[in-house]
Amino acid sequence: MSAKLRTRRHKVVLNRSAGGDAGITVLLVILGAFMFLPMLYTISQSLKPLDELWMFPPRFLVKSPVLTNFGDLFQLMNESWVPFSRYIFNTVFISVCGTFGNLLLASMAAYALAKIKFPGRNVLFQIVVLSLMFHQTVNQLSNFIIMSALNMIDSYWALIIPALAGTMGLYLMKQFMESTVSDAVLESARLDGASEFRTFWVIAMPMVKPAWLTLIIESFKGLWNSGASIYIHSEQLKTFNYAISQVVSAGIARAGASAAATVVMMLVPITVFVLSQSQIIETMGSSGMKD
Amino acid sequence: MSQNEVKRPVSRKDMTMAQWTWKEMKRNKVAYLMCAPFFLLFWVFTVLPVVLSIFFSFTEFNMLEPPVWVGVKNYIHLFLEDDIFIIACKNTLIFAAITGPTSYLLSFLVAWFINELEPKIRAVVTLIFYAPSISGSVYIVWTILFSGDAYGWVNGTLLDLGIIDTPILFFQNENWVMPLCIVVALWTSLGTAFLSFIAGLQTVDRSQYEAGAVDGVKNRWQELWYITLPSMRPQLMFGAVLAITQSFGFGAIVTALAGMPSVGYAAHTIMHHLDDYGGMRYEVGYASAIAVFLFLIMMACNLVIKKMLSKVGQ
Repeated sequence: MSAKLRTRRHKVVLNRSAGGDAGITVLLVILGAFMFLPMLYTISQSLKPLDELWMFPPRFLVKSPVLTNFGDLFQLMNESWVPFSRYIFNTVFISVCGTFGNLLLASMAAYALAKIKFPGRNVLFQIVVLSLMFHQTVNQLSNFIIMSALNMIDSYWALIIPALAGTMGLYLMKQFMESTVSDAVLESARLDGASEFRTFWVIAMPMVKPAWLTLIIESFKGLWNSGASIYIHSEQLKTFNYAISQVVSAGIARAGASAAATVVMMLVPITVFVLSQSQIIETMGSSGMKD
Repeated sequence: MSQNEVKRPVSRKDMTMAQWTWKEMKRNKVAYLMCAPFFLLFWVFTVLPVVLSIFFSFTEFNMLEPPVWVGVKNYIHLFLEDDIFIIACKNTLIFAAITGPTSYLLSFLVAWFINELEPKIRAVVTLIFYAPSISGSVYIVWTILFSGDAYGWVNGTLLDLGIIDTPILFFQNENWVMPLCIVVALWTSLGTAFLSFIAGLQTVDRSQYEAGAVDGVKNRWQELWYITLPSMRPQLMFGAVLAITQSFGFGAIVTALAGMPSVGYAAHTIMHHLDDYGGMRYEVGYASAIAVFLFLIMMACNLVIKKMLSKVGQ
């Protein structure tokens, strides 16, 4: 397949009815509005001055945007007992360690499960899938007992170590390794004398880049948004999300600051997502995935 | 296996099953090595807690005193004496039956619709659909939109237009609370499965579409059914499993919107019942029994969906 054809996608080849295109566009616009308007309202709320927040009839969009809500929020953050930089450090540290550790461990296991035929692989995989279906609250209580026994309570490890073995990451990577990485390519690498580790790292991983970018976003999202945890009781070890929700939980008086807090919390994962999307686009544009 | 001369799989002739398995295990040492770090942690922090929970479900246990074996007492109580649990079951099934399939289809269709857009536009549209699910607790904006006083946007607008005289207490009204929670749950539901569909669609081999066009695929729907879906089976299965766990697990959103317990238990799900006994009352035995029951329901759903997905593209 020529590079030119690939970048132009398969529009070149297939018949698409104009009616179908129009119908799909209309549907996308309606659904898009449903998804986007509440987000827009969130941002609009965070920029409203006090009198607009309590105005009748309420306006959807802000009329004279101000940044006072963000100012109030940072003011409140400064008053906290533990410096806010500590909470931010905690969350960033946990998110980064947990995400990249999960990526490495899950991809490696996923590669073995998907691409090496060894006894027991199906059983292992089925257990992973089933484990996704057990409710977390109950697991948390059992986990508390296990972590106490391992002396992990009230440390970063209590949040990082279980995240390393995040099952969704393994499942995602395994499905993509299976559908995207061709056995023939791996086989020729093995014949050339490459070790399994090398084949995994140099050949398989670049082929599933969209999958591991997805894993990074999802894992990061989960860790970033993790709030109060039953495993942590020291104030210095608590997360940014927990602290910020404490600061703005005082109701009506802090409605503006609370809207600002929501916006601050959502900006970081969205930024991570946008960065990774630009990566995905680059990969797609420059290489064929399957040949 | 291939015709690899260096590491040919051991022939099974002249060997018992156990001997053959052992030989194969030794030959694939490296696979176990690669799995080891993940599965070591997985056994300790995921499987062991599940096994413990199943054990606790046959006991009375409050985290302080050692568990006391009570047999199936928790299960009997659950089905025969706990009226709220029956309400929770009904709500959960309604909730899951609507949000699960809808969010699954929506995730796939949107991913498929935007697949042919220019990469840059596709990235923007992806962000619009994905943003609600990635943004943590942003769903609380719905409590402001549908707030029960005149400052809530919906009430304010309806009052201003003269459609209603008094504000509707949306989240305190038994008729409104469940539908609203379902809408908000759907709003946040284009998450991991959606992203993996987008990524999966991108990795479908282009030459298959060209071959399909030559072989007489007439329109986009035929192309979808005969080419796209079959080559995306792994992602479809992944999405289905996530849709199951997600649609049975929307508890936190409902709690944030409707409070706990919700008005007249109108939006009380199994998840809330579980959090009530597990997270608040520390009746771990009873909570575990609820979790085991939920686990069984989800496993059954998983089996049904597996059957359905095996028919794709036929």
